[in-house]
Amino acid sequence: MASVLPQLLNLLLQFIDSFGFLVLSAIGLAIIFGMMGVINLAHGEFITVGAYGTALSFHAGLPLPVAMLVGVALTTVFGLILEFTVIRRLYGRLLDSMVATWGISLIMIQGLRIVFGSSLPSIGTPLGSVQYGSFSYSTYRLLLAGASLVLLGVLYWVFTSTEFGTRARATIQDEEMSRALGTDTNRMYLLTFGIGSALAGLTGALYAPTMTIVPGMGSTFLVEAFVTVVVGGASVLVGTSGAGLLLGFINAVFSNLFGTFAGRMALLVTTILVIRALPRGITGLLEDVRGGT
Amino acid sequence: MAGETTTNVDRTASDGVLERLQNALEGPNTLGQGRTFWIGFTALVGLLLVYPMLRSSYYVSNTAYLLVSAFLGLSLCIVWGYTGIFSFGQVAFYGVAGYTFGIVSINVTGPVGTLAGLVVAIAVAGAFAFFVGYFMFYGGVSDVYVAIITLAVTLVLNTFMGQTAGEEWAVGAARLGGFNGMTEIPSLAIGVGDTAVRITDAAFYYFVVGSLLLTYLGLRVLVNSDVGYVMVGIRENQDRTELFGYNTQKMKLGVFTFGGVLAGFGGVVYASWGNYIDPSVFGLTFAALPIIWVATGGRKWLSGAIIGTFSVAFISQKLSVFGGQYSLVILGALLLFVILILPEGFVPQLYRRLPWLVDRLPGGESE
Repeated sequence: MASVLPQLLNLLLQFIDSFGFLVLSAIGLAIIFGMMGVINLAHGEFITVGAYGTALSFHAGLPLPVAMLVGVALTTVFGLILEFTVIRRLYGRLLDSMVATWGISLIMIQGLRIVFGSSLPSIGTPLGSVQYGSFSYSTYRLLLAGASLVLLGVLYWVFTSTEFGTRARATIQDEEMSRALGTDTNRMYLLTFGIGSALAGLTGALYAPTMTIVPGMGSTFLVEAFVTVVVGGASVLVGTSGAGLLLGFINAVFSNLFGTFAGRMALLVTTILVIRALPRGITGLLEDVRGGT
Repeated sequence: MAGETTTNVDRTASDGVLERLQNALEGPNTLGQGRTFWIGFTALVGLLLVYPMLRSSYYVSNTAYLLVSAFLGLSLCIVWGYTGIFSFGQVAFYGVAGYTFGIVSINVTGPVGTLAGLVVAIAVAGAFAFFVGYFMFYGGVSDVYVAIITLAVTLVLNTFMGQTAGEEWAVGAARLGGFNGMTEIPSLAIGVGDTAVRITDAAFYYFVVGSLLLTYLGLRVLVNSDVGYVMVGIRENQDRTELFGYNTQKMKLGVFTFGGVLAGFGGVVYASWGNYIDPSVFGLTFAALPIIWVATGGRKWLSGAIIGTFSVAFISQKLSVFGGQYSLVILGALLLFVILILPEGFVPQLYRRLPWLVDRLPGGESE
C-alpha cells in the first residue's frame, strides 16, 4: 500500500499537468474557431511569438512576470495586424483560411530562424519542485494547471456577464441579425481574433520558462491544440475543458504506464474513436443530452 | 458547371476509335480540349522524351525527381481539388509506402523484392488510407476535422519514425534508423534473376515520364466519367449529391483510398530514386508542400496540379540553391498570395487568356 499511494499521487499530478497543457494550448484556437469559424493553422506560431517576446524581454533584463506581459502584448498586436491584413478577407472561406494561415506559419517559422538564429537561451523554470516520497514535481507546472482553470473561469465570466460576451454570442448565433441590431460585427471579429491571439501569447509566455525556445516550437502545441478542439467540439468552454479532462486523463495514464510516446499515441487514437462516435465532439453529446430531456 | 455537362459532352456522336478516345479524355472537368490542345500536349511529351539526350544525367535525374512529385500533387488534386476532401496527410501515404517499399525490398533481395515491394507498399498505403478514411467519413467527420485528423496522423508518424534510431527498430534486415532514415533501399528493377533491368538514370526517367503520362490520361478519363461528376458534385454540395441518391460516404472513402494508392506509388518511386527515406517525409514542412503546389497551379484541374507541382518544386529547388534560408519564406508568401489574389490558381487563369494569345499569333486559331 505504501508504494501505491505516491504512484497514484504521481498519476494525479501528471493528469493535472496534462490537463493544463491541453487547455492552454487549445484555448486561443478554440475561441477563434468556435466564434469565427476560422481555423488558424499558425496558432502554434502565435504561441511561439509569445514565448519569444517573453524570452527576449527577460534576457533584456525585465523581471519574468513583466516579460510575460510583454509577450502577451506582442502577440495581441501581431494578431490584430494579421486580422486586419489577411484574416479579414477569409471569412466564410474555411478551408482557404487554413491554407493561408499555413502559409503564414511557414513564413514565421523561417522568419524567426533568420532573425534570431536556431534557438534562444533558455529562461530556467522558477519556483523549484515539490517532493513527495521518491518523486518530485515542478511547482511551476502545477501553477500552469492552476492558470488554465483561472483562465476558463475568466472566459466564462466574460462570455456570460459582459456586454462584449453577449454581443459576441449574438454574432456567432446570427451574424446578420446582430448586425441589424446595431452590433459592429467586423469589430466583434477583430476583438475576438485579438483575444484568441492574446491567449495564444499567454500560453507561449507561460510555457517559455519550461521549454527550449526554438522557431519550430509551435508544432509541440499545434497537434495537442487541434486534438483538444476536435474532441471538444464548437463550444469553447464546455468543449475545451471537457476534452482537456478526458484527454488529460488518458494521456496521464498511458504516459505513466508506457512512456511519453505511448501517451501521445493514445491521445490520437482516442481522438479518432471519439470523432467516430461523436462527430460534433463533446459539445454535440451535451447538446443531445440536454435536448433529449 | 452542372449545366455545362449536358451541352458540352455529346457521347452519342462517337464513331471512330480516336474520337471515342477523345470523348473519354475530354469533358467539363478538365482544362484543355480540342486539336490545338492535343497538338501542344504531344509536343510537350515529345520534348520530355528527347530531354535526356540534350542534358547531362544530373539534370535528367533532377527532372525525374520533380516529375515524381507530380504523383503526390495529382493525388491531392483528386482528393482535395475534385472531391473537396482537404487532406493534410497526403504525405503520410507517400511516406508509409516509401518505408514499406524499403522494408520489403531490403528483406527480399533481387528484382523480385523490388516488384513485391512496389505491390506491397501500394497495398499498404491504400489500406492505410482506407482505414483512416473509414473512420473519418463513416464517422461523419466534416471538412476541417478531416484536415486536422490527417495532419495529426502525419505528425504522429513523424514522431514515431523519429524515435526508431535504436537497434531494436528493425524489420528483418531493414533498420528504420530514426532521424537518420532508412538507407540502401534498392532501385526498382524489372525482370527475373540475371535478365532483370535495374531502373536507374535514363531508364528511371523514362519510367517516371511513362507512368506519369498514363496516370494523367487515366485521371482525365476518370474525372470526365460519371464517377468524376459525382466527385465534383460532392465538392460543390455534398447534401444535394446525397439527396440525388448517391452514397457520398462510400464515394469519398473510395476517392480517399485511391488518393492514398496514388500517393503511395509516388512514395515508392521516390524511395527508389534516392535509395533512401527518412521521417522528414512526415514533417510539417513536407506536408505543406503538396498543398502549395496544388493550390498554386490550380487545385480544381489536373493540368493545374501537374504544372503547379512541377513549377513550384522547380522554383523552390532554385531558391534553396540561390535564396538559401529565404526559400520557405518565399514559398509561404506565394501560398498566401495565391489564396488571397488568385484562389483558383494560376494555370486556369493562363488557360483562359491563352485563346486570346493564340488569336493574336500569326495564323493562330481559336475555338
